[in-house]
Amino acid sequence: METILNFWNWLGENFILAQILIKIMAITLPLMGLVAYFTYAERKIIGHMQVRMGPNRVGFFGYPLWGLGQPIADAVKLMFKEIVIPTGANKFLFLLAPMLTLGPALAAWAVFPFDEGLVLADINAGLLYIIALTSVGVYGVIIAGWASNSKYAFLGAMRSAAQIVSYEIAMGFALVGVLVASGSLNLGDIVMAQQGEGGLFSWFWLPLLPLFVIYFISGVAETNRAPFDVAEGESEIVAGFHVEYSGMAFAVFFLGEYANMILISALTALMFLGGWLSPFPASWVDGVWLLGDGFHWLVLKTLIFGFLYLWFRATFPRYRYDQIMRLGWKVFIPITIVWILVVALMVLGDVLWWA
Amino acid sequence: MLENYLPVLVFIGVSMVIGAVMVALGFVLGTQKPDDEKLSAYECGFEAFEDARGKFDVRFYLVAILFIIFDLEIAFLFPWAVVLEEIGMVGFLAMTVFLGILVIGFIYEWKKGALEWE
Repeated sequence: METILNFWNWLGENFILAQILIKIMAITLPLMGLVAYFTYAERKIIGHMQVRMGPNRVGFFGYPLWGLGQPIADAVKLMFKEIVIPTGANKFLFLLAPMLTLGPALAAWAVFPFDEGLVLADINAGLLYIIALTSVGVYGVIIAGWASNSKYAFLGAMRSAAQIVSYEIAMGFALVGVLVASGSLNLGDIVMAQQGEGGLFSWFWLPLLPLFVIYFISGVAETNRAPFDVAEGESEIVAGFHVEYSGMAFAVFFLGEYANMILISALTALMFLGGWLSPFPASWVDGVWLLGDGFHWLVLKTLIFGFLYLWFRATFPRYRYDQIMRLGWKVFIPITIVWILVVALMVLGDVLWWA
Repeated sequence: MLENYLPVLVFIGVSMVIGAVMVALGFVLGTQKPDDEKLSAYECGFEAFEDARGKFDVRFYLVAILFIIFDLEIAFLFPWAVVLEEIGMVGFLAMTVFLGILVIGFIYEWKKGALEWE
């Protein structure tokens, strides 16, 4: 243990880049695994909700194992598929688009705190960085739709872009509410601001309840997931912006979408449900194994929101496009503006019990 | 302080490289057998009628313009939100005036029907 620590410090002093790369791998690789098995969980959970079995054949070493090998088999299959680049497509942009979708979804984790002090880059503008990167995701969609030179892709991209920017406003306003309550842009400080004697009642979800709900629903719309998936709308515009993509180019889009879902789930858990904080007041569970604060609470909360994504998809029929725009502009934006002022008054009037 | 941003920069680079490597892997492993029909844009089996990058509804422009205004508003709110406790009631009232002007604009565009999709 001592030698490993010594080596780690030596690495940090002499090859800082190597140390950073190891840390990035320690974030990225588990994330990729989570994304792969999130797709499996989606098929399995929606399958059971519809009284089906879901994938249950592909296992390991000849045993089905409830189909646990499915995501790996899917990945291998997609790897060996041909990547079709349509005539008339802009080749460079066509191949850039999937990277622009996956890249920000991964890079946003750079400022994400997993536990107290356990963060790759502890920067003060953390939330600003997250907002900036989640906004870049829309470029992937627009560029994909335009570069494909296909009617369906173009329509899907236009719809998707308008939808994403509309919900981004509601999302931004919801985050302003969080900022008012916490007084910091640093994600770690935002979590620590939610610590209090009330346990889970000290978290921001209670005073910011409307913003919490709006943030998560906007997150569903931002990731183009059901019931807001008109950008893909397979029954009307076949697959929307990625209709012309195949093989690994499609797989990268797919990974980006699921990585984004996990990111939104984790951010909601972080900003409204206290991140790694335990739902029990610290004085009750002091030193009790697993009941105190810890990384496992963050994972649990993230998985709850991940499950909600799948539950929504199995439950709700798709919204019509004008209904989506109405919800974003005429419901969410007025509510968030009013609630920002309410939260500001709560902070100034010191009626918040955590402040 | 500034060295805290180095991992962020590296991470952005690495995540773009991951995407690029995956697409490149697809080109290396997958067989490429293109032909005219396979490479034509998908239009339900028809020949493509025209170039896809044509005219589109002006409402998309309108949404984009409105988005810029509101996103700027959020950008203005960010620093205000962080220091609200220091600037106190005066800061709150100043922002109320600012938000009030924007809300008037919002009501105007609502009444004008800029938010309607039919």
